[in-house]
Amino acid sequence: MNFATSLMLIGAELGLCLVALVLLLLSAWLPRAAARVLTIAAASALAGASIYTLALLLNGTAGPDANAFGALLRLDAFSAVAKLLIYLSTFACLVVTPSFFERRGQYRGEYPVLLLFNAVGMSLLVSATDLMTLYIGLELSSLSSYILASFARSDMRSAEAGLKYFILGGLASGILLYGMSLVYGFAGSTNFDAIRTALAGELGTGALFGIVLVFAGLAFKISAVPFHMWTPDVYDGAPTPVTTFFAGAPKIAAVAILTRLSFSAFGEQFAAWQQIVAFVALASIVVGALGAIGQENLKRVLAYSSINNVGFLLIGLATGTAAGVSAMLIYLAIYAVMTLGSFVALLMLHDADGVPMETFGSIAGLAQRKPALAWALLVLMFSLAGIPPLFGFYAKLVVFQAAVDAGLIALATVGIAASVIGAFYYIKFVKVMFFDARPSSDARAEVARNPAGHWSVLAASTVLLSPLGFLLTPAMERWAAAAASALFLTA
Amino acid sequence: MIGIEHYVVVSAILFVLGVLGIFLNRKNVIVILMAIELILLAVNINLVGFSAFLGDLTGQIFAMFVLTVAAAEAAIGLAILVIYYRGRGTIAIDDVDRLKD
Repeated sequence: MNFATSLMLIGAELGLCLVALVLLLLSAWLPRAAARVLTIAAASALAGASIYTLALLLNGTAGPDANAFGALLRLDAFSAVAKLLIYLSTFACLVVTPSFFERRGQYRGEYPVLLLFNAVGMSLLVSATDLMTLYIGLELSSLSSYILASFARSDMRSAEAGLKYFILGGLASGILLYGMSLVYGFAGSTNFDAIRTALAGELGTGALFGIVLVFAGLAFKISAVPFHMWTPDVYDGAPTPVTTFFAGAPKIAAVAILTRLSFSAFGEQFAAWQQIVAFVALASIVVGALGAIGQENLKRVLAYSSINNVGFLLIGLATGTAAGVSAMLIYLAIYAVMTLGSFVALLMLHDADGVPMETFGSIAGLAQRKPALAWALLVLMFSLAGIPPLFGFYAKLVVFQAAVDAGLIALATVGIAASVIGAFYYIKFVKVMFFDARPSSDARAEVARNPAGHWSVLAASTVLLSPLGFLLTPAMERWAAAAASALFLTA
Repeated sequence: MIGIEHYVVVSAILFVLGVLGIFLNRKNVIVILMAIELILLAVNINLVGFSAFLGDLTGQIFAMFVLTVAAAEAAIGLAILVIYYRGRGTIAIDDVDRLKD
């Protein structure tokens, strides 16, 4: 494996990194009004990176051929699929962001730059096959996320969200690192394949501690119960476009690396971590479903919904089979679309002064005021609840199918029961929008017009989640299976 | 003779102190930043100790990366703390309560 091939394999990351550095310089020199131009440049860089990754995916390099830089990174089908999801959801976030900040005069050229560095960090993260690259990718993405959370810095809620995210994120990184140092000490290497070989057989206490701490640190990053406490606060306090981003790409990246680490590095110790993952999955589903019930703020409701969805994703991981991983990837793709669509709909709910409408009370009777938005939200919410014939149903179906095939009947049963409880608040959205009277007291509180970019992202996600989405299932199944088998190729 | 166990024990003590520093501290946010640094130092002791024990350089390279990232993390944490202080005029932990259920 020579240096040129390695550079070719990480072309997408190199390109993004280069563009981000140039844009960083430009944003320092150009006037603030140029922020929109920088956003367009960043969005085109992301589009280019997606095309490059797609080409790499279709090229089909696998196994040791996909290793770059002496097996520090592996650019196989698994990382390509995860990277495509990451780039596309980051791209959609860039499209819907500027108008939100421009209404408050807070938009700056740093925003697209931070998003690009975040994307670079996440794509290094999902391709990592060494604890060191994992750590660097994770921190590159986390550090820019802390800044993004407090981007509306004159708003105290945003600053507080950034502070909370930073402290708990720093703690999680610390726990993860301590776990990695123990794994390194007891396995004698930081390379995933070497760790896998070294940890085969009876597991010592030190290594077990290491594995548990690594899982705890990553569980924080995907906001799984019992490490979910920061999620509602940060999602609520961060500016809505940033929340849109947090619920999508970083979660995809963290779930992907958790999967890769579980199978590549700790694959021999499946029995040791299956219990943990199964417990975390169940707890996330139940807490996510129950926690949202009393909430009035829509962003908090969607935060609990994302905790709930992480639980379903982890069911796929708990099966420990290639079919489970492929089901998880399908769920991940559909979840990315659902969460993107619902947060974009939330972004579009603001009055003429730009004041957001973020409570159930403010969307009462939305069907009479803005029928198109209300119907789109109906599709999104029913899809999140997993009601057929919408596409969200298919996501839950494949995950539960994989769990039943792997013999995890109890896990699947509790999951289905909790998803019925979770349906309560999704249906509450629809009930409030369609059947509650619009508040007559403040006629001023009309939903303002929105730019075409928002409408196109919302329309695209609604169409994908409508029954038309089922047309995509053959392609999705093929790619998810290819990605899952790439993960098990070394196994 | 000082063996690998001594390093691991010191590192474990530092790690627990760091975690407790975050959870038991009721005063101000700067102390939390110091506790996070303490955790990262515990990690470094582990890495360097294991590296010497195993006769493998990877751990020391890893420790260099951890040091670098810790510096960046501290810079970002202090920057967020500064904008928070500018708006609220306090960094007492009990006052960080605008966001809750």
